Amino acid sequence: MTEIDLTHLKPAVESCIPMGRSGLLPALHAAQKIYGWLPKEVAAEVARLLRIPLADVHGVIEFYSLFYNEQVGQKFIRVCTDQACALKGSDRLLRHLCSHYDIEPGQTTDDLSLTIERSPCLGLCEQAPAALVDEDAETNIAPDFHSYDLGIPQSFVYGSLRELTANCGEGTTTLAKYGEYKAYKKALDMPPEVVVSEIKASGLVGRGGAAFPTGVKWEGAAKAAGSQKFVVCNADESEPGTFKDRILLLEDPHRTIEGMCIAAHAIGANKGYLYIRAEYPYIVPVLEAALDEARAAGYLGDHFDIEIRVGAGAYICGEETALFESIEGKRGFPRVKPPFPITNGLFDKPTVINNVETLCNVPLIISKGSAEYRKIGTEKSPGPKLFCVSGDVGQPGLYEIPFGVTLRELLVMAGGVAAGQSLKAVLFGGAAGAFATSDHLDVKLTFEDLRAAGLPLGSGVVMVFDETRDIRDVLKRLGKFFAHESCGKCYPCQMGTQRQMEILNRVAKGSVVEGDFVRLQDVGWTMTDASLCGLGQTAASAVLSAMKLWPELFDHKLPRTAALNEPPGLAASSVKMKASKTKPEAKKTGKTARPKSNLEKKTKRVQAKKPVKSVKPVRTKKPVKKTGSKK
Amino acid sequence: MTITLTIDGQEVNAELEQTLLEVAREMGKEIPTICFHEATTANALCRICVVEVEGQRVLQPACIVKAGAGMQVRTRSEKVVRARRTILEMLASTMDLSEAPEIQAMMREYGASTDRFPDAERRESAVIDDNPMYIRDYSKCLLCWRCVQVCADDAQYTFAINFDGRGFETQIGTFFDISIPETSCVLCGQCVGVCPTGALKPKREYLLEQGISAGEISIMNTGRKQRKAK
Repeated sequence: MTEIDLTHLKPAVESCIPMGRSGLLPALHAAQKIYGWLPKEVAAEVARLLRIPLADVHGVIEFYSLFYNEQVGQKFIRVCTDQACALKGSDRLLRHLCSHYDIEPGQTTDDLSLTIERSPCLGLCEQAPAALVDEDAETNIAPDFHSYDLGIPQSFVYGSLRELTANCGEGTTTLAKYGEYKAYKKALDMPPEVVVSEIKASGLVGRGGAAFPTGVKWEGAAKAAGSQKFVVCNADESEPGTFKDRILLLEDPHRTIEGMCIAAHAIGANKGYLYIRAEYPYIVPVLEAALDEARAAGYLGDHFDIEIRVGAGAYICGEETALFESIEGKRGFPRVKPPFPITNGLFDKPTVINNVETLCNVPLIISKGSAEYRKIGTEKSPGPKLFCVSGDVGQPGLYEIPFGVTLRELLVMAGGVAAGQSLKAVLFGGAAGAFATSDHLDVKLTFEDLRAAGLPLGSGVVMVFDETRDIRDVLKRLGKFFAHESCGKCYPCQMGTQRQMEILNRVAKGSVVEGDFVRLQDVGWTMTDASLCGLGQTAASAVLSAMKLWPELFDHKLPRTAALNEPPGLAASSVKMKASKTKPEAKKTGKTARPKSNLEKKTKRVQAKKPVKSVKPVRTKKPVKKTGSKK
Repeated sequence: MTITLTIDGQEVNAELEQTLLEVAREMGKEIPTICFHEATTANALCRICVVEVEGQRVLQPACIVKAGAGMQVRTRSEKVVRARRTILEMLASTMDLSEAPEIQAMMREYGASTDRFPDAERRESAVIDDNPMYIRDYSKCLLCWRCVQVCADDAQYTFAINFDGRGFETQIGTFFDISIPETSCVLCGQCVGVCPTGALKPKREYLLEQGISAGEISIMNTGRKQRKAK
């Protein structure tokens, strides 16, 4: 092995040095950019420059999936194998790629030119199957693998409202197009406590999954003692099936930034962080450009400025306290609560942390006024809501609707179940959600109605499975996802996600053993009741809901069903789906009162400018052969 | 300030800053603990001490939750017992508990089976014998974090060890697996002192268990000294 030249390292991590421990993730990213991976010598030099103990640096590298302490390929292909992509044949895609380059998933070619990995959900679910090729999204990959989109992903935005998504669907909205931060200017003329009471009066609750009242959070942080306070935007969107924040940030970054500015004014913060997942590398330059525009316009500056932090492959960092730990340069272990972030958040200071969609509601509330805002939605669930519709529907995409629309109406907007099939199930709220069936079609999509129906709204995931789908395959992937993403801190989740995965693998293989039903329930309830954070507390949520709906899948006494096969009719269904995209059509959901033409008028399907439609087959891209292979 | 709360139907007085664990123990009620240690910061990660507090959605760790006025606490509800038993069963399916008599006793008390999980992947690794003071047998490690804590800012400020991997694959380790003498370890032995399962063990004890007599160990040590002297 050649000796490692450390001369380029110091200049690259120079800006991280004054940050101390908090500079560790940015420094490791910068180092990995130079060397492609993080050799021991490089890690040691980063530790020395930032004055962090060696063992701690190694602990951080080991925690995050996207830091590598073994040599990897110059080029990286990460194929999403979570639920939405699996429905569209991601397993076949992965096998095809791997056999072409003669490596196994997770391996690197002998000439170190390419590494292929399985990836957890990449947030490209409406354009499945998808992969990340270095920093480009490869989406809509055809069943024959010969055509796909590559570059910045497109945004498919539909629905009956265009409030949060007013500027989405036509490429990135510059400041010139966004216009001045009118809501922020209006907020600055209001005393901070009036801004807080306006947000409280709007009834806005968090859109990241936990649905905590935003105004109450802001009030807590505003009243907390201390002169240094923070506003953090949680853009670590990693819940399988969720892609709303990707579109909001890519298409309309200023709305989120304006929301953060208003929050900063309301609580008295002078520093903000925007923490974005590493699987969205193509959004980072868009955000940087938007922040520069906002600085030039004087919205950001000495009074309040925002720093972007990029994650490194850890679903748990979407948990607010784990996200703080990550910004602080540590392993993303969630903290015990209380104390809560409003008093002891980032760097132990009072902090408001909000999801992207939540922050996008803020300028809307301030400019409209809370009373006007509340005219959207229902009394108990006011406002617009984004739903991420994916899977077996005619027209997957991001749907903006007012709270109160029924699931049936949403599915009708989305073109119904694809390829003329009928509905088997909807995974609601993501991996940490629950399954709904056709019995739930008339449930109104509001917090109160969903709660009554036992369904979590979560992050707004509506993933549709048609009658031909095998739920056991969905469960197997859920099990793998949580086992991969558990941080390992608390015992119920650390071991429970592993045991849950093992049992779900048996269920998928059709080799359930006696006692598995009760075993899976005990593990599930133990994680739900006793885990330290939201990840563990919801890691069994979808599984437990499936056990209620389809107990026969988990019963060892029933005749052993065949092991899982490839989902049938892949090619046919995707072709039909594409055809139905242009003309949404209700199928099998059987509702007569279908939202009329105004819906379709507002419905846009815009191709982003960047994506390059390639007709070249995948295999013509810089062929990389494993040296010494038999071929 | 003294407050009153109810634990298992029994009213009890407590000081405001006391944890539920402390209050229960003063009452003579045993709440099991694994990761908790008086000398280390409580992380509430083993969750074996969870209790049911009325009005709370999920079970609460007694080691850190403070007693509150009017609190209704149940230390042995059905939920609590299921969680404790399942955690113990998962531990038994994951690691070698042969030198953890306290956990074995808990398993008997909660009727936890040692083979509840068939075909379960275990965390197994070879004994690491790389320094003159202690051995590391991570097949016995239950990740209570105490060794990492005393090595860091709970006691020694040495920062020789941290975590490898994530989730079920987590293990305690050094920087790129270097040997203990290559790390900042000062052989203070505090990690060995707080290890509850024999994963960290004095070298001498380990050698005696291997059937090597005290005399032979003494000769081995002499030999080492002589070799060093050369």
